[in-house]
Amino acid sequence: MSPVDFTWLIGGPQGSGVESGANIFSRVCAEMGYQVFGKREFYSNIKGEHSYFTVRIADKKIHSNVNDVNLMVSFDAETIFRHYDEVISGGGMIYDSDIEKITTDAVHTLDAPFKERLHKELESKNKPFTVGGVLDIAKEKGVILYPVSFKSILLTLSEETENPRLKGLIRMFNVIGVSLSLGLVRMPPDSLQKTIGTIFAKKPEIAKINQITATYSYNYATVKFENFDYTLPGTQKEPRTILIQGFEGTALGKMAAGCRFQPYYPITPASDESVYLESNEILEIIDDRPGSTAVIQTEDEICAIGMTIGGALTGTRSATCTSGPGFALMTEMLAWAGINEVPIVITAYQRSGPSTGLPTRHGQDDLLFSVYAGAGDFPKIVYASGEIEESFYDTGNCFNYADTFQVPVIHMMDKFHASSVITCPRFEPEKISIDRGKLLEKVEDGYRRFEFTDDGISPRSRLGIDNGIFWNTGDESDEKGHITEDPVLRVKMMDKRMSRMDLILERIPKEQQAVSFGIEDFTIISWGSTMGPLLDAIDMLKKEGILIGLVQMKLMHPFPADYVTSLLKDAKTIIDVEANQSGQLAKLFKQNVGRDIDYFILKYTGRAMTSTEVYDSLKRIVQNKANKREILMHGA
Amino acid sequence: MALKPAEFKTDVHNDWCPGCGDFGIVNAIQMALADMGLQRDKTAIFSGIGCSGKTSHFINTYGVHTLHGRVLTFAQGAKIANPEMTVLAAGGDGDGLGIGAGHFVAAGRRNIDMTYIIFDNGVYGLTKGQASPTLKLGEKTKSLPSPNTNSNVNPIGLAIASGFTFVARGYSYDIKHLKSLIIQAVKHPGLSFLDVLQPCPTYNDLNTRDWYAGADLMDEAQKRHSRIYKLEEHGFEPVVHYDSEVEVNEKLSQALIKSLEWGNKIPIGVFYKNEITTPYTVRIQDHIPNYLDNPPAKQNISKNGYSNTDISKILDSLEV
Repeated sequence: MSPVDFTWLIGGPQGSGVESGANIFSRVCAEMGYQVFGKREFYSNIKGEHSYFTVRIADKKIHSNVNDVNLMVSFDAETIFRHYDEVISGGGMIYDSDIEKITTDAVHTLDAPFKERLHKELESKNKPFTVGGVLDIAKEKGVILYPVSFKSILLTLSEETENPRLKGLIRMFNVIGVSLSLGLVRMPPDSLQKTIGTIFAKKPEIAKINQITATYSYNYATVKFENFDYTLPGTQKEPRTILIQGFEGTALGKMAAGCRFQPYYPITPASDESVYLESNEILEIIDDRPGSTAVIQTEDEICAIGMTIGGALTGTRSATCTSGPGFALMTEMLAWAGINEVPIVITAYQRSGPSTGLPTRHGQDDLLFSVYAGAGDFPKIVYASGEIEESFYDTGNCFNYADTFQVPVIHMMDKFHASSVITCPRFEPEKISIDRGKLLEKVEDGYRRFEFTDDGISPRSRLGIDNGIFWNTGDESDEKGHITEDPVLRVKMMDKRMSRMDLILERIPKEQQAVSFGIEDFTIISWGSTMGPLLDAIDMLKKEGILIGLVQMKLMHPFPADYVTSLLKDAKTIIDVEANQSGQLAKLFKQNVGRDIDYFILKYTGRAMTSTEVYDSLKRIVQNKANKREILMHGA
Repeated sequence: MALKPAEFKTDVHNDWCPGCGDFGIVNAIQMALADMGLQRDKTAIFSGIGCSGKTSHFINTYGVHTLHGRVLTFAQGAKIANPEMTVLAAGGDGDGLGIGAGHFVAAGRRNIDMTYIIFDNGVYGLTKGQASPTLKLGEKTKSLPSPNTNSNVNPIGLAIASGFTFVARGYSYDIKHLKSLIIQAVKHPGLSFLDVLQPCPTYNDLNTRDWYAGADLMDEAQKRHSRIYKLEEHGFEPVVHYDSEVEVNEKLSQALIKSLEWGNKIPIGVFYKNEITTPYTVRIQDHIPNYLDNPPAKQNISKNGYSNTDISKILDSLEV
């Protein structure tokens, strides 16, 4: 049997159930043993603008999306206008036949620059500016069209089940679309019924009506739709597989790591993490009474980090979660945490900047900002997770780093992480170690919070323990924490704090600093969620006999210059791949390693890279046909 | 058991200007803490930036000197994480009502059990006397190049409107009275606000100690008529006695009207006191039942060096 690698796309106006449709589809595929990589794209809008979900499934581990869509389902015109050209020859399009005559002008959410490009294309092919026009192009390319009236499905169903309410329930369009798709690929129907039952477990009435609709639509497709080459009969399920959305990785990591306090201010794409933490605020504790996470919505990001620091001063593992603009507001306090040696974790889900930028779109725009954030010189850690699975374990490490080095830790995540839905091996919380460093349980007389010690780290008291009184100040201070402006003491204190930068590089295990996936003549350096598309692209090239090396940077600050230099000593051509305009990692690399980057593969459309386009660029580089800066553009 | 105020003093050199009203406030805080017999290591003073920001260094409890305008954010975080602590916050009027006004309002909405003391002197002292939020429109203190172009904020009125449940004003040269207000504020089970009138002898040449004492209002017999008077001596009844909208509204509006009094008669004392509004801890307990028994700071998070949190049920639900 040939390997399965199948991409399904569902689109529709925001608020029309695209996400829950994709959720059902992903879950069914995962239940049937497939590996899933799904990604949600949406506008900064509550209702009406175009959103879509691409779900790639395969019978082996996958790390990214690809350009090609094998099956698209749409119940609105905009999805067809925007995505018709992604469906490959031999692929299918299930669409609502009631919308064929809709013109581009009738779709008010099609923005002018896109419409202009589309009109040009339609004009060149001599097609009308209608859904029918683009469908013609798709058909001529070899896409198989599956028109079906979604309304008449509802109508027939409502008559058959004598349920007049169903007739007008256009909210069911998503379930119809998913079920038609699954019928077309002959996915065993039981898993669809089971999944709907699971998703609507708390609402049996709604589950039932969805199940009836699903069965009808599924059967409709098996009877009426023909000639589709792809079938998805299911495959051997990997035991202990979870289906997880990106932000859940760091949230579950925080629960396991003992983070018990998270103040936050709402911002896309970060707030989902906090809401998830609050939804699971009561925690089961082994051999103990229940614990809890106090998740507090604050008035702004300044208060969020201020409260986080206040919590950390009590000895509580405390964190906040934000995105670029919110993190910008936090930086004054970040320096305060730095000078006062307060361990906090800031989970930074990056998005496209500058300023508000593309608020719901992807970008790795804040690396340099994070490295340099805050007034003055102070030690901090900037740490980046590659894949979602990693982010769970990294979260645990970030809290250990914060506690042992008594520094603020910025844990870099991004929008691609946050809105991806993937399958991966079940997390193993028992592997999360807890190291609180020099946090004191008992304090002797004569305690000095900032006492000079051999390794530059002082025993840490906490608010509320006997004899543990200390002072903090954002001013320079003496060992007790009282203000000083003495020049000699100032130098001692400054050197004490900054000595931690070397200590961090010394004590954090090398494999947590940077990960080598092999070194070849052509070797990539990259970081964060971009790792996913890279792993898949490298795999594709390997099948063609082209070997590309890869080094993933995780500890971004302090930068492990010596280690990275030694890793890359045999690499002849270095390629920087990341999702920003200026090549921020490349700059850090040049500054620390002193080596020039030979090629850049960059994407800053706000859409995550696909492995297809990375593959194309890497191939051009190897063939010496590439631009110095390869700029990727795929995705609506 | 009452302690000695000296136990709450540090040996840190105090560099405030001679005659500064801040001394009276720090003394009153130390006396109040001693009077209440508070355990030093169960008490924390947070402070903002400016002259008043140094307060935490002079008091021998946990002391956290924070950032300009942000003192309430740190203090609330600590109190939520460890509700056993007695938490006080201190800062200037520019700190709390200018740059920190947003946090002031939001703190009122939460009603966390702690005390916020504003050192109110109408100027930014440490930056050499610019106008602060409580300076009146058109007033010109000595280092202002031209008269103040902004209207003043009404600290008492703002606190009442924001939801503080104990609102009072003290005067830094009536230490005994101020001490009593601080004790009431700390004991109040909710967020307390104390606006303390505090002459800045260096930069505010309008609202001086003599001015408050009414030196310019002397009658023919050369008798001073202090501008300051005490609400409690004039039959003002600030307490919300029962949970009804009428009662609350009446007490809120009389406090607001009283807060507008200024000029030749300036009221100090308790303007508003409401023990009926639920404190934040109770609101947390509504969804985390054992929060007070097992708050964030008390939770044990590891066993033999590894996580003791059991997230298996969540993982089960994610498993396919």
